[in-house]
Amino acid sequence: MAVAPDNTGIDPPPPAAQHPVGEALRMFVGNRAAVAASIMLFLIILATLFGPMLYPTDPFEMVWAPFTRPGTDGFILGTDYLGRDMLAGLLNGGRVSLTIGLVAALMSVFIGITFGALAGFYRGIVEEVLMRITEFFQVLPTLLFSMVIVALFGASLTVVTIAIGIVSWTAVARITRAEFLRIRELEYVTASRAAGASNIVLITRVILPNALPPIIVQAALMVGSAILFEAGLAFLGLSDPNVVSWGQIIGSNRTYILDAGFTVTIPGVAIFVTVLSISLIGDGLNDALNPKLRRR
Amino acid sequence: MTAPLLEVRNLGVRFTTRTGQVTVLDDVSFTLERGERISFVGESGCGKSMTALALMGLLPAMGRVDGGSILFKGEDLVTAPDARMRQIRGNEISMIFQEPMTSLNPVFTVGRQITEVLRLHRGLDSHTARARAVDLLEAVRIPNAAARVDDYPHQLSGGQRQRVMIAIALACEPEILIADEPTTALDVTVQADIFALLRDLGAKLETAIILITHDMGAVAQMAERMLVMYAGRRVEEGRVADIIRAPAHPYTRGLIACVPHISADATKRLDRLPEIDGIVPPITSFGRDACLFAPRCARAISTCHQAKPVQELAAGRSTHSVACWHPHEDRAQDG
Repeated sequence: MAVAPDNTGIDPPPPAAQHPVGEALRMFVGNRAAVAASIMLFLIILATLFGPMLYPTDPFEMVWAPFTRPGTDGFILGTDYLGRDMLAGLLNGGRVSLTIGLVAALMSVFIGITFGALAGFYRGIVEEVLMRITEFFQVLPTLLFSMVIVALFGASLTVVTIAIGIVSWTAVARITRAEFLRIRELEYVTASRAAGASNIVLITRVILPNALPPIIVQAALMVGSAILFEAGLAFLGLSDPNVVSWGQIIGSNRTYILDAGFTVTIPGVAIFVTVLSISLIGDGLNDALNPKLRRR
Repeated sequence: MTAPLLEVRNLGVRFTTRTGQVTVLDDVSFTLERGERISFVGESGCGKSMTALALMGLLPAMGRVDGGSILFKGEDLVTAPDARMRQIRGNEISMIFQEPMTSLNPVFTVGRQITEVLRLHRGLDSHTARARAVDLLEAVRIPNAAARVDDYPHQLSGGQRQRVMIAIALACEPEILIADEPTTALDVTVQADIFALLRDLGAKLETAIILITHDMGAVAQMAERMLVMYAGRRVEEGRVADIIRAPAHPYTRGLIACVPHISADATKRLDRLPEIDGIVPPITSFGRDACLFAPRCARAISTCHQAKPVQELAAGRSTHSVACWHPHEDRAQDG
């Protein structure tokens, strides 16, 4: 077909390009491990959301003889050292573990973005102060510090979540700062400034949306590490004793690991599968959102 | 006679660097009338863009205005508070940049980026702003504007993106539009279209245009007046036609000679395209009490190395000034 003379002087449109979100989604769906992990995590979330309703046994109630093997006497996952139903514990505990993981990760993302964005945008003295504070938190031994917080303020769910959030935001702060340092020098930021945008608009609506991809990846990975962290605290007996969590089940049954290994293995596997799924999703997001990898 | 729209008086800009203070702009003055088109010309690093950024109040962190005033409708922008400058930017004075490929935010649709300015300065609701965005895209001659308004920047070509930038810049019908080398990154054919668009829209909205360029062809096409800058100083200023016909400063003469088609006889064969020998002096020497062009100038006399030339009217002219100790006389350029 002959090209019509373009006397309007309008240059032809370039070949149809994918929308960045669409392209990222396509990339993510192409990653088989990430898709499998997403399905797995979806099932785990479904089980912890609706499981306790469909299987209403109280996880704290002693329902049968201790150390009943999985699959016997109608107990699919057996009972623990006090004769409590393992399946009920797993379903209820998962809800707590996932919630702590999610809330703690959200909290550290919020603190991290605030610190990183302000430091990277304003530079100078603001950056110095905020980054020194970040480094202070970074060099603290995380487990010890969160144990101190829990010991000081009591082992409630809220305190444990805050303790985990407080020790894990530094990575987000550093990533956010690095992205802000890069993006603030780009022309569209100057162009927005020239259009009259205030600093707050520049930070929240111009730079932050462009800085999000690596932060999203980090946040996904952080949910996994927060779950592990809570498990660690619970194992040491420093989590809320009034709620079941996977780590707490492992912790309370740890003495019987040789006699009744399944009591620690089952929640262990649950943690393992969940954290692995989240990590794989994080990796998938990383590949999908990282423009350099995407060009491969 | 009323005061000009913009009057820049003896503007100086200094940068604080690790090695000390350097002068970036030295005593730059000019005026701009409503709807007028002026062009800043000069090599890279001569202070053209810095002048523009100073007008916008967007100097880099290490730079600051050091003397002089920028009177916009009688208000001094040098001393204006930040909040006032934000009101002015994008509303009364807009700017478009050199790189249309990177000047749009990649994560938002072009429509959203146009409506953002309208909502910020005009307080339009999202529905009205969107309708206005489509109108603006039509005004900058983007075909099928109603559909393209939801496109992301990467779905547009370079020329289209620059059109979108123009649409954003003109959204609030500013009184001054600063175009910093708006076509450098574009194809030659697209360049002509962009200039035609800027001229038409500027005339329609009575927007004064400051075109920053090093392309004498663009100046001839776009501007009524020009201001030639060298090493942070204004070396020559006047009507484009006058200066192209009879440049008084040797630097201007050199710049014009570098472009064969403006003045040269098309039938005459040039063996070699003329050029200006040497380079712009290092920024640390800006502001010295001497003619900074002297080391590159064939006409330099001893005074040139010893004192900063003063601005004077070119011989026999009333609107053409030059800062040179040994200017060319007014006569047809002899190549």
